[in-house]
Amino acid sequence: MRARFLASEVGLGLRRNLTLTVAVVVTVAISLALLGVGLLANSQVKVMKDYWYDKIEVSVFLCGNLSESPSCTGGAVTAEQRDAIEGDLRALPVVSTVYYESQAQAFARFKDRFKGSAIAANVTQDQLPDSFRVKLKNPKQFAVVQSAFAGRPGVDSVQDQRAVLEKFFSLLGVLRDGALAIGLISVLTAALLISNTLRIAAFNRRRETGVMRLVGASSFSIQLPFILEGVIASIIGWAISTGLLAALKSLIDSRVAPLLTFTKFFAWSAVWQASGILLITGFVVSSVASLLTLRKYLRV
Amino acid sequence: MIRLDNVSKVYPRAARAALDDITLEVAKGEFVFLVGQSGSGKSTLLRLVLKEERPSSGTIHVAGKELNSLSQWKVPELRRQIGTVFQDFRLLPNKTVTENVAFAMHVLGASVKEVRRAVPEVLELVGLDGYGKRRPNQLSGGEQQRVAIARAFVNQPKILLADEPTGNLDPTTSVGIMKLLDRINRTGTTVVMATHDSGIVDQMRKRVIELDSGCIVRDQVRGVYGYSG
Repeated sequence: MRARFLASEVGLGLRRNLTLTVAVVVTVAISLALLGVGLLANSQVKVMKDYWYDKIEVSVFLCGNLSESPSCTGGAVTAEQRDAIEGDLRALPVVSTVYYESQAQAFARFKDRFKGSAIAANVTQDQLPDSFRVKLKNPKQFAVVQSAFAGRPGVDSVQDQRAVLEKFFSLLGVLRDGALAIGLISVLTAALLISNTLRIAAFNRRRETGVMRLVGASSFSIQLPFILEGVIASIIGWAISTGLLAALKSLIDSRVAPLLTFTKFFAWSAVWQASGILLITGFVVSSVASLLTLRKYLRV
Repeated sequence: MIRLDNVSKVYPRAARAALDDITLEVAKGEFVFLVGQSGSGKSTLLRLVLKEERPSSGTIHVAGKELNSLSQWKVPELRRQIGTVFQDFRLLPNKTVTENVAFAMHVLGASVKEVRRAVPEVLELVGLDGYGKRRPNQLSGGEQQRVAIARAFVNQPKILLADEPTGNLDPTTSVGIMKLLDRINRTGTTVVMATHDSGIVDQMRKRVIELDSGCIVRDQVRGVYGYSG
């Protein structure tokens, strides 16, 4: 079959089934866009993890006058203990940087954070412990620091900020999984719609396919126009879904990002990457749905 | 060109065989009438030759190929050797006469150039010179059947199968169609025609094979429709 004849047959088929073609295009566009939102949510979780894990620290709180943990029975940390702890922290291979926060600095930061609140007025400087703020080369290696310093005389407690973030990220993870699941389900729905559309198209054109069979056209050339119709409708749907994702990205950049300055958002490259995955998904789903349907309805 | 050896065909859940131990041979260039009542097995025989059905037993050779061992993906190749014409014409209503005939060439990969050369030629052969731009609903039954014959013949098959081609036509028109089939037969094409039309069979004086309840009851070289002739 020559390209020109094939193109005219495919065009005729798409136009004759215009309402169904539009239905396929819209369904594919929406379902791929939903799947794309799931993929972008995944990128967003990664971006936030990178961003936050880069910033988080392990806090080694030192014993103050009010500390009650067993390692603080000797009273507030002495200067020698503090120097020894700092030296040992710096000697650990997993540690990247260490910085000391004195009670005065902790108090200043506390006042700043609870500015205007009644709490700030009731807290005095010696109620706040001094601490070492430790940045790790890999934020997951918290356990090394904890096992080395927790319970050591002069150390009140060792806290990992990551534990707080993990809860937040697991919540984001649930949202992402939900979006991906909804996307996958709607892609399957689109596949069923493509399959039904082709079944109707094959029925509408049974005269043509009957003639093709009789004059000895191969099953491939009988099925090809139908497959191309499904694939073309899917590719138009994919283009629309990519447009929707790009619109989402612009909206985030212009409206959401200025409001939520505490985090970074996924880059444009994530949009293109998601679009690529959607193209492959759309192509594979529509051609598999077409092949399975036509094998049943267009036998030689 | 066509050879059946001890061919039987029993459809699933059918009380009796549609074809019962048929053995026959049609030589290259022959013109054969297949006659018999409705349900005598004429159409089944044609369907077997096209490999639209498989025989329950026996072997069939068409254009040098044994059909039982012919794999399914080679069936299109077999059908390119065979042109087929039906009682109900089976034209595409939204295509013109030219497009209907060209369709049969295009789906087999013919170039635009080949199509432009062959279609007017075959339309002239079937006597439809100048009808190219009309649509099937603007043609009489006889003219529509001529288009169907043109479409069956345009790829130059070795065999032409015709299943009641004059069944929907009046006697005068039928004579015209028979003259056309005879002309196609004279180009060397083997023609097998299933028919009820006794007048035509008697007039043509060609080989007649009569089927009754799936059995061959008569095979005459220059036969007529009934025994009385």
